[in-house]
Amino acid sequence: MTTMETRRTKALTIDPLKVSPPLGAALALLGVERGLPLLHGAQGCTAFALVLLVRHFREAIPLQTTALGEIETILGGADNLEAAIRTICSKSKPAVLGVCPTALTDTRSEDLAADLKGIATRLGPELGETLLVHAPAPDFVGGLQEGWAAAVQGIVDAAARPRPRRSGHVVVLAGAHLTVGDLDALRDLIEAFGLTCTLLPDLSDALDGHIPDTWSPVSLGGTPRAALDDLGAAEAVLAVGAHMAPAAALLEARTGVPATVMDTATGLRAADRLVAWLSRLAGRRAPAGVRRDRSRLLDALIDAHFAAVGQRVAVAAEPDLLRALVTLVTDLGCRVPVAVTTTRAPGLDGLPVERLLVGDLDDLETAAHAAGGVDLVIGPSPAQRAAQALGAPLLRAGFPQLDRVGSQHVVSVGYRGSRDLAFAVANALTDAVHREGPAHADPRAPVPLCQGQPSAQESDHEAGSPSAAR
Amino acid sequence: MLTDRLAPVFDEPACATNRAKTDADRKAGCRTKGPAPGAAAGGCAFDGAKIALQPIVDAAHIVHGPIACEGNNWDNRHAASSGPDLYRRGLTTDLGEMDVIQGGEKKLWRAIREAVERFDPPAVFVYQTCVPALIGDDLHAVCQAAAERFARPVIPVETPGFVGSKNLGNRLAGQTLVDHVIGTVEPETTTPTDIALIAEYNIQGELWQLTPLFERLGIRLLSCITGDARFRSVAQAHRARAAMVVCSQAMLNVGRGLRERWGIPFFEGSFHGVRATSEALRGFARLLVERGAPADLIDRTETLIAEEEAAVWRRFAPLRDRLAGKRVLLYTGGHKSWSIVSTLQDMGMTVIGTSVRKATEDDAARARALLGEDGQLFGAIPNAEMYRMLRDGEADIMLSGGRSQFVALKARRPWLDTNQERHHAYAGYAGFLVLAERIALTLDAPVWPLVNGPAPWDDGWDPDWDDGWDGTATGEGLA
Repeated sequence: MTTMETRRTKALTIDPLKVSPPLGAALALLGVERGLPLLHGAQGCTAFALVLLVRHFREAIPLQTTALGEIETILGGADNLEAAIRTICSKSKPAVLGVCPTALTDTRSEDLAADLKGIATRLGPELGETLLVHAPAPDFVGGLQEGWAAAVQGIVDAAARPRPRRSGHVVVLAGAHLTVGDLDALRDLIEAFGLTCTLLPDLSDALDGHIPDTWSPVSLGGTPRAALDDLGAAEAVLAVGAHMAPAAALLEARTGVPATVMDTATGLRAADRLVAWLSRLAGRRAPAGVRRDRSRLLDALIDAHFAAVGQRVAVAAEPDLLRALVTLVTDLGCRVPVAVTTTRAPGLDGLPVERLLVGDLDDLETAAHAAGGVDLVIGPSPAQRAAQALGAPLLRAGFPQLDRVGSQHVVSVGYRGSRDLAFAVANALTDAVHREGPAHADPRAPVPLCQGQPSAQESDHEAGSPSAAR
Repeated sequence: MLTDRLAPVFDEPACATNRAKTDADRKAGCRTKGPAPGAAAGGCAFDGAKIALQPIVDAAHIVHGPIACEGNNWDNRHAASSGPDLYRRGLTTDLGEMDVIQGGEKKLWRAIREAVERFDPPAVFVYQTCVPALIGDDLHAVCQAAAERFARPVIPVETPGFVGSKNLGNRLAGQTLVDHVIGTVEPETTTPTDIALIAEYNIQGELWQLTPLFERLGIRLLSCITGDARFRSVAQAHRARAAMVVCSQAMLNVGRGLRERWGIPFFEGSFHGVRATSEALRGFARLLVERGAPADLIDRTETLIAEEEAAVWRRFAPLRDRLAGKRVLLYTGGHKSWSIVSTLQDMGMTVIGTSVRKATEDDAARARALLGEDGQLFGAIPNAEMYRMLRDGEADIMLSGGRSQFVALKARRPWLDTNQERHHAYAGYAGFLVLAERIALTLDAPVWPLVNGPAPWDDGWDPDWDDGWDGTATGEGLA
């Protein structure tokens, strides 16, 4: 058990872990078929988010801006918003157009909900089939996952209504921490029980990296518009990730479909709960393949624990990914002396982390030094600097992963994904031991604290650092 | 107040295009009509300012704003450093709700103090963004007080994103250097061959492809603005004997500032391509000799050019056949719309078209002259049309920036990044060869025949299919 610390006294953020909530909102909207996010702010708000998304996914990212200038900043941006929506509806004809306010419009306290209503009325038939979604991500609270959650809530709010139930159909509200590979794995698992599902959002159909037959100015795939209209036509709603709870509650309230929230789907216990839930819903025993996967996970945990037990792991991740990663590494017997996250999400207090900070990547490095060093760092690519300074390898997880290809296809949910993650952690720790020689192989041996600039030997980790992507 | 500072930036007297305008046009400035909401692409003024100043490697660069401005953006350029890496740290006040309500000045003050205590930088640049500008944080007052308290320059960069485009931000950053930095430090020694490079950002180490040339000529690079720069070296730029503005759209005002305040002559040029590089070296030699450098510098420069050019063509020979006749679609901006055309033509390639959507009229005229009848001048090409051109095999390769890369890649056609996110250094004679080699490697990469071949369910597939790819796109074998 731990308590969350916020470094209130610190004014300067050094090497942020956090990205902006509107970026997360935009990403969620890209998981809807023919979706197009529109950031209501200055051009840079869109440009920065776009570049970072492109660098992580290595895919075209349709993302537009209302391009607020100084006049609109003073007088209000509603005219630009209307012009942007008009242009987009006539040019790109998205199925879903998601409007994401930014810090700029939040600071002005623009009444976007009212503006959008007025615009929809004025545009009338010009809007065509386009569904307007208001995705008010709280720019000043949290990061990517909070923005993502707000956008999903906005989609549910705009689309969900009661429908006749379809037995055996599940709506999965997928959290921001799930990769394309995770979504594929969830779908496969659900279908293994003879159930069908709608994933919302569904990046596995949009940003999975494929070669389409034509150029598209909107998202390449994702949850189809028809499936949005049918969100109420399910037997059950499954939200994966605690941050999806508000959207799940809203969907249940709108449609009457009972919703279940699973904080995580990573690790043996979480995968067991998921399988039990599916088994109950489908009214059938887990199929042989799923049982075999569980057996393999048990074996993987046993094999992996030798390298892991007693090792010290520092984790930098948004709340729900942090929960998944901490659960698995502590299941393997690692200690987590330090973890850093982006916001004070409820439920994190119970995680087996010795020190949990709401902070940045510099806090991770400083706190890990203070704790006597660590053997492995898990976090996004920008955590490489901290990992190097600590003389520990970096296992990449989360967003952004700028120096890896294929990060979207790394799986960490269910029996199979948990198995893969256990292997990745153990192998990363083993590589580190080999690199540093046998003195380090004994987890009880004292670990030299490295201060300041990394030595040449420590820098070696950059070239040989393991990747969650392999 | 802001408008007062913006107007002169748009009316650039050193700009040939600007001078050629009528009085009325000039008064309107070179600011293009604002971006179209819902159909705009490109960064904001803050983005442009950060790009232009961040290569000062030993300074702390603090972004005063909410997380979007730095959290989505830090360490995303490839400007290289030969030493300090403080410029790569993501430093921000990460403004929250309470800061908006109470004002962000105190937090900014404390952030500057923390940066000084932690990193002890020779100078701190503080970037204003939209939100603190809107709530009225007085950046200048905080910076002035901090400079006094912490006994080092703390420089306000007043470029909230909403004031305009990335290019405007480049210019405002240049003006900030002229107003607050250049002329504040005296060099320990000066020589008659001291030069300044302006708007050379050392992307992927391009500056280091040039410094050996200067060294061989006995020319001292006193100040590079801002590639691999130390704060002190930028601050002493006013003692240069001659200057060159590399990317004129970005920082012509810095060249003019040097000329007006300190009488330093400058010229505009480029280091992309053999001819451009030779011209740039000649330009420096001429200006330096005019200002008192030994007259033999001109002859020595000609000797070096002759040697280097001969060496380039000798080393280029093995690549010539691989590149000859290959058709290039060039989609870039500014002076690159013609300077790269001439470079590619020197390589024996055919430029089927270049985009002049971000070029001045002068740039466009030069591009037209170079292209002759073979190539087209394009404005903005819609992505769908660009996709069709590539898919239909109208070009063998596209050279462009990251924004359009996926149009080529999804059309399964070779593509090479020639913009600021590029992964290789293409400056000077050495860079010409690197570019030629990268183009050849990209064109001949085995993935193109592989990904353009038929699938097992297509007509024409057989288990032993051989692509017979000759690097020429035919449009066959499409799904």
